[in-house]
Amino acid sequence: MVSRLTETERATAILISLLGLAIGLLMAVLGHGDPMGAHGWVVMAFCGVMIWLVVSHLYDPEPTEDRSASYYDDPTRVGIILALVWGVIAMGMGVWVAAQLAWPNLRFDAAWSSFGRLRPLHTSGVIFGFGGNALIATSYHVMQRTSRARIAGQLSPWFVLFGYNLFCIIAATGYLMGVTQSKEYAEPEWYADLWLVVVWVVYFVMYIRTLQRRNEPHIYVANWYYLAFILVVAMLHIINNLAVPASFFGAKSYSLFSGVQDAMTQWWYGHNAVAFFLTSGFLGMLYYFLPRRAERPIYSYRLSILSFWGIVFFYMWAGSHHLHYTALPYWVQTLGMTFSVMLLVPSWASAGNALMTLNGAWHKVRDDATLRFMMTAAVFYGLSTFEGSFMAVRQVNALSHYTDWTVGHVHAGAMGWVALISFGSIYAVTPLLFRRERMYSAAAVEWHFWLALAGTVIYVFAMWNSGIIQGLMWRTYNESGTLRYSFVDSLVAMHPYYIARAFGGLLFLIGAAIALWNVVMTIRHVPAERRAFDHPTDSEALEPAVPAAE
Amino acid sequence: MNRLFRTLLKPFSAFFEGHARTHYRMERHSIALTIGIIIAAGVGGFVEIAPLFTIDETVEKVSDMRVYTPLEQAGRDIYVREACYTCHSQMIRTLRDEVERYGPYSLAVESKYDHPMLWGSKRTGPDLARLGDKFSDDWHVRHLIDPRDVVPESVMPQYAFLARTSLETASLPGRLEALRTVGVPYTDEMIANASLDALGQTRPDREQADGVVERYGEATHVRNFDDQPDRLTEMDALVAYLQVLGKLTTLPDQIKIVAEE
Repeated sequence: MVSRLTETERATAILISLLGLAIGLLMAVLGHGDPMGAHGWVVMAFCGVMIWLVVSHLYDPEPTEDRSASYYDDPTRVGIILALVWGVIAMGMGVWVAAQLAWPNLRFDAAWSSFGRLRPLHTSGVIFGFGGNALIATSYHVMQRTSRARIAGQLSPWFVLFGYNLFCIIAATGYLMGVTQSKEYAEPEWYADLWLVVVWVVYFVMYIRTLQRRNEPHIYVANWYYLAFILVVAMLHIINNLAVPASFFGAKSYSLFSGVQDAMTQWWYGHNAVAFFLTSGFLGMLYYFLPRRAERPIYSYRLSILSFWGIVFFYMWAGSHHLHYTALPYWVQTLGMTFSVMLLVPSWASAGNALMTLNGAWHKVRDDATLRFMMTAAVFYGLSTFEGSFMAVRQVNALSHYTDWTVGHVHAGAMGWVALISFGSIYAVTPLLFRRERMYSAAAVEWHFWLALAGTVIYVFAMWNSGIIQGLMWRTYNESGTLRYSFVDSLVAMHPYYIARAFGGLLFLIGAAIALWNVVMTIRHVPAERRAFDHPTDSEALEPAVPAAE
Repeated sequence: MNRLFRTLLKPFSAFFEGHARTHYRMERHSIALTIGIIIAAGVGGFVEIAPLFTIDETVEKVSDMRVYTPLEQAGRDIYVREACYTCHSQMIRTLRDEVERYGPYSLAVESKYDHPMLWGSKRTGPDLARLGDKFSDDWHVRHLIDPRDVVPESVMPQYAFLARTSLETASLPGRLEALRTVGVPYTDEMIANASLDALGQTRPDREQADGVVERYGEATHVRNFDDQPDRLTEMDALVAYLQVLGKLTTLPDQIKIVAEE
């Protein structure tokens, strides 16, 4: 890692870390007695590790080769491993909180181990830790290959990757200490939010600079999606997190918006976090890795265009369908529902585009578990977006909202779409990055696929059942015209499904752990021979080289 | 039939052709693509969110709407800290079964001073929007110490540590000040006395209590909530908050609520 940096770059890295160390010290001293003080120590420890990493290799020989002639893959390598580590931790948390709902005493007698603090840790850990790292890592890989240009900068990819992980660590440790603003998917407090803005701006600048030095006239479709992901997530993050801190050296802040306006802003954010973090970015993966793995061109260029602009434009209107029958004005609810239904068209355009791409390569889907991960992900993407449009219909939402159906829906998306496409991409990219023939164990990939699929299916069916039972029990009347069931009756009816859910989650977790093991073994395994392609300096290579201007 | 079909589709295909041609040029310029994304993504949010801040009908005007006392706000902050919203909503929808189960549906004005709102999206436990005054303080305290003590089937975590933890009141003036910045009408006097008022609200027999009633109204609950008269705990604050849910205005009781079938 460090040996690929010049002396000046090493010095700059140390300076940035020292600055971080100083800010951490300031937080620790002035925020003493508040969770912010504890976070000061976290920041200091993190920056200390960074400094140690660089200093321990400070006098290593500098790179002598022409760095501009090759792609920069070190940050991708680290990002992939970080994604899997976060994935295993966060999915483990998920299994634990799922078990807590079946057996509520499954915790220590401590504040940090209650459902309210662990569940956001699970959610953020999976979305931001696992998903975010996978997105950053694959975006580095994809933007260089499709632009045929080296990433812009030596330090900025590291700054984005490690800075982002610092944000994730602050968020995760914060939840355990009770630092949260209780906004779904936007729980971290103001100082973590501010830090993320800094990281994100660097990410955008780096991305756009790499695009601008590309040696391809056209920007490849995967890059549109990654670009939309970076831009719109910034927009959502900044507006939804506008808040006034109660003091400058305390963690607590109050949202700038209240009541109805806050609810609308929150779901505009929340729904589009799904659109631009959990869909757009991962579609970038799909549009690059699926055709590469299938060795077929994308089925339709026009469908790609239709899907892209449809998603960017329609999704932004759809958030208010989370607020049917509430105090939000009726016209906004109706608009949200209308656009949610229309959203089916661009979503299925992408899902269909992906599946049609596989025409003529179905034998590969049968033989290659990695490609099967991607194919199944596209199927789940189609299913979840259909379910999403359906659940946005007012009358359906009356039944489904507040129930486990919603939980089942988001997990069909998270496990079936987001996680499967990530695993598929990771399996596709790992041998390439580490110059290996293939993954260490093809059988393990196969096992992982079936465990993940079984886990997802068990989870989602359990939640569909419990959700619909819940919704129906709440609205069932006696012949005398009074409510038939008490709330507790519905809770008791959920018990078997909660056990089934924990079991499904456990299968999925085992699969993720196998993936981590397989990737680590692939890295440690000595390659039989060096791969011929993916060396851009080789003019005969499959990925032709045009040296990037540094 | 086929011709009719083609004629009808023609404008659409012409639009699509034009779009594809424009796009062919656009995807060669990273900045054009960037601007395009920002514009396309900006419209929807702007159309839906901006009017909510200007249209008068979004939030009802109510004269008797009151703010949270410092103790109740501290309790709300604990509710936020423990992320209770992950299992309990605070939004009764305009559906018949919800109105019958929980009470009159929630009005926009009732969460006017809620930064952030806690409408929630999942009910693992029941809705809490009209919980205030439904159960005794003692019930709440026992329920929070061990939920299965009062509801054997409950899957809620225990919050016994709240009764052991003293409430931190020094930061309350700063908190109220921040809330005033974002639009809650706290007066200078309320902010200056915030820490004392939090204590006073649990001391009905002492003089600090008078100021609370004076500043926040006769309807304020002034009593010791957790049955530990010598200590001000986080339990006091949380129960004080739970006991005013749905009680900040009397408007829902005045208007006739007709639920949708």
